[in-house]
Amino acid sequence: MLSGDLVQHGHHVMTVCNACRYCEGYCPVFPAVEHRLTFAKGDLAYLANLCHDCGECLYACQYAPPHEFGINVPRMMDGIRVASYEEYCWPRFLSGAFTHQRLTTMVSLAAGLIAVLLAKGSSRGGVYAGDFYLVVPHDVMVTLFAAVALFVVTALVIGRARFLRGIAEDTVPVVQASRPARETNLRFRMTTAARAFCDGLTLKHLHTGGVDCTLAEEARAPWRRWFHHATFYGFVLCFASTTVAAIYHVVFGWRAPYGYTSLPVVLGTIGGAGLLIGPSGLLALRRHRDPDRDGADRSALDTSFIALLFLTSLTGLLLLALREGPAMAALLIVHLAFVIALFLTLPYGKFVHGIYRTAALVKYTRERSTWTS
Amino acid sequence: MSHDPELFDVAVLGGGNAALCAALSARERGARVVVLETAPRAFRGGNSRHTRNLRCMHDAPTDVLTDSYSEQEYLADLIRVTGGQTDEMLARLVVRDSATCPAWIRQFGGRLQPALGGTLQLDRTNAFFLGGGKALMNSYYAAADRLGVRIVYDAQVFALDVVDGRFGGASVVTSGRETVVRANAVVLAAGGFESNLEWLKEIWGDAADNFIIRGTPYNTGTVLKQMLACGAQPVGDPAQCHAIAVDARAPKFDGGIVTRLDSVPLGIVVNKHGERFYDEGEDVWPKRYAIWGQLIARQPDQIAYSIVDAKVARTFMPSVFPPMVASSIGELARRLSLAPAALEDTVAAFNRAVQPASFNHAVLDGCRTEGLTPNKSNWAQPIDAPPYWGYPLRPGITFTYLGVKVDDRARVIMTNGQPAANVFAAGEIMAGNVLGKGYVAGVGMTIGTVFGRIAGREAAAHVVG
Repeated sequence: MLSGDLVQHGHHVMTVCNACRYCEGYCPVFPAVEHRLTFAKGDLAYLANLCHDCGECLYACQYAPPHEFGINVPRMMDGIRVASYEEYCWPRFLSGAFTHQRLTTMVSLAAGLIAVLLAKGSSRGGVYAGDFYLVVPHDVMVTLFAAVALFVVTALVIGRARFLRGIAEDTVPVVQASRPARETNLRFRMTTAARAFCDGLTLKHLHTGGVDCTLAEEARAPWRRWFHHATFYGFVLCFASTTVAAIYHVVFGWRAPYGYTSLPVVLGTIGGAGLLIGPSGLLALRRHRDPDRDGADRSALDTSFIALLFLTSLTGLLLLALREGPAMAALLIVHLAFVIALFLTLPYGKFVHGIYRTAALVKYTRERSTWTS
Repeated sequence: MSHDPELFDVAVLGGGNAALCAALSARERGARVVVLETAPRAFRGGNSRHTRNLRCMHDAPTDVLTDSYSEQEYLADLIRVTGGQTDEMLARLVVRDSATCPAWIRQFGGRLQPALGGTLQLDRTNAFFLGGGKALMNSYYAAADRLGVRIVYDAQVFALDVVDGRFGGASVVTSGRETVVRANAVVLAAGGFESNLEWLKEIWGDAADNFIIRGTPYNTGTVLKQMLACGAQPVGDPAQCHAIAVDARAPKFDGGIVTRLDSVPLGIVVNKHGERFYDEGEDVWPKRYAIWGQLIARQPDQIAYSIVDAKVARTFMPSVFPPMVASSIGELARRLSLAPAALEDTVAAFNRAVQPASFNHAVLDGCRTEGLTPNKSNWAQPIDAPPYWGYPLRPGITFTYLGVKVDDRARVIMTNGQPAANVFAAGEIMAGNVLGKGYVAGVGMTIGTVFGRIAGREAAAHVVG
């Protein structure tokens, strides 16, 4: 939660930054800081989610530890960011999930497995001929996933709304003359949102100053960005694969399994490959992460989500490869359990960073347009 | 470092911008270079870690500089701020070479901010380091490491072996052990003496106890003192320093940029007796902030208080320390440990003396007082809108002017008028050649870069040929 101590410390750090301003060329966080005089909870939640955790401002900081001011912006932002996930999470009593990520993941996995086993049709002795619906009947599968999806979407939508309300309660930016009039203008809202989405989808602010992502002091490489792209776009392709398959089934009445060259399988295979490469790369990079940049051990928050993505993809691809064989039923059950676990943890894990960061980017693009006008 | 003294081609004493430019420049020419940095790694980079830009001549807009800044204009600026206390030949050299500094910075991995008009409206004359001076130093150190420059941290040079202008070695304490570093040439780039409190007291007496040192605690002037003792010709006023008004709550050392206070021209400044002592609105703040360190240094107990009211509270850069806030002048005086009656009298007299005019903090608005000693020439408004804000101020020393005289090849000139054979100097330790007094933003980094490169080049040429 965004406790008094965290907010007080965040205010101190941001006050030093605002009096210094040397980092203003790195990313949107610092221009946003410069347009504020005080840093309350809403400001900090906004700034922390605007921060892409590139780390560059720590190495550039003349006040970084062991300086007596002890300024470590990435670490402070990390703490505020995780606290903001908890603060705005729905339902509130599940906010502890973020700090107990491994337990959350295990419980979700168990829930997924139990649900699939309960949903499983009566076995017919392992002769499925690649037909998933003989293992879990189609209607049962649809009902199960619709229920999970409904819950997850509700939690995410409410969480986002709470976050938006939270960051709207910031202290008044110094210059905001034309803000109210323009914010209600649909065209203005659309163009600023489009620009923000574009910045988010290209991870523009992960590579500050137009060069590579920062691994450590004076060590920059493009890998973090590329692995994130592989992960995110892999996820998108897998989602597209499922959507196309659903259309095939509902609209055209074409039943799975689909051929290896069919659209759902091609999308799923490419996306699945992305979800193998991206997460393993991100995990490998984590090992080389500068410990100075992290506060309390938050690694489980990142690694649980990354691991779930990887295992969901791995089981999915194995299922594809071995679907004609005897292991299909077992693989399907395991894969579906991972999919359910992945979805159940979306609102209570690292996934929410994408939603909050996009919302922060949208706020930033709108805010910025009032500075220059 | 081994007990067996290794012989280097070039020893660089110091670890800031000038030192690294010298090391990189010498290394580029094939010399075996050692850099002896007094500070530990975390605080490497001398005062350069607190800088943020470099003043740069250019004939046409570039990606990092707007418009143009001609040789004549740059030189005229230098002559103006120094009141002519500059070696024009060296000043011209700095100005001309400054044009190539952005390319040099980039060659060694440094990054510059695109010219967009940031915090300070200096984009025409100054190229800004992305992330500031510490980021630039990180780039230089990484490049030096990559190119095979030997870097030693925590290396305190305490004696120089220079006989008849010829350097033989430097005695160094490193990791608690004394060694002698021998090299065929030496570049002195160890800064001034602003963090040597005893030296400051020799000049300013007990007043120096109340000075705040804005930069590194490692600029003790040891190398400077040694070289002067070895017969180098001094340059620059030994009793002068660049000092600004900083928040009295700043740390003794290394507070850097965030301890400065820009509220002075918007209100009044009083001493410990609650009395005004100088025209706060004499000129725009960028042209006047550098005199306030000296002004406060001459006040009793070297302390002063900037007082503003709610009307202007949001028109200056926020300070890192919160203001003392009060709803009346008397209460503010108590919070600042001033005599309430004295401050009330001063404010009342000031308010009565304010002449009607239209206030505009962005220009010389002519809002002034009449009949006061001293008067305020601009931005004078009655201080009558609570809450009142007060900030305690102390002199904050940026750098000292005393240095060693050099020629256009960065060779140290000895008292007999002859250049030393293999002793070169760059940066603050010789900046007094160009900057006899005064200051203009970003010129220290230019002098350091230009003379660092020359010193490294000449030292390498001396050794490698």
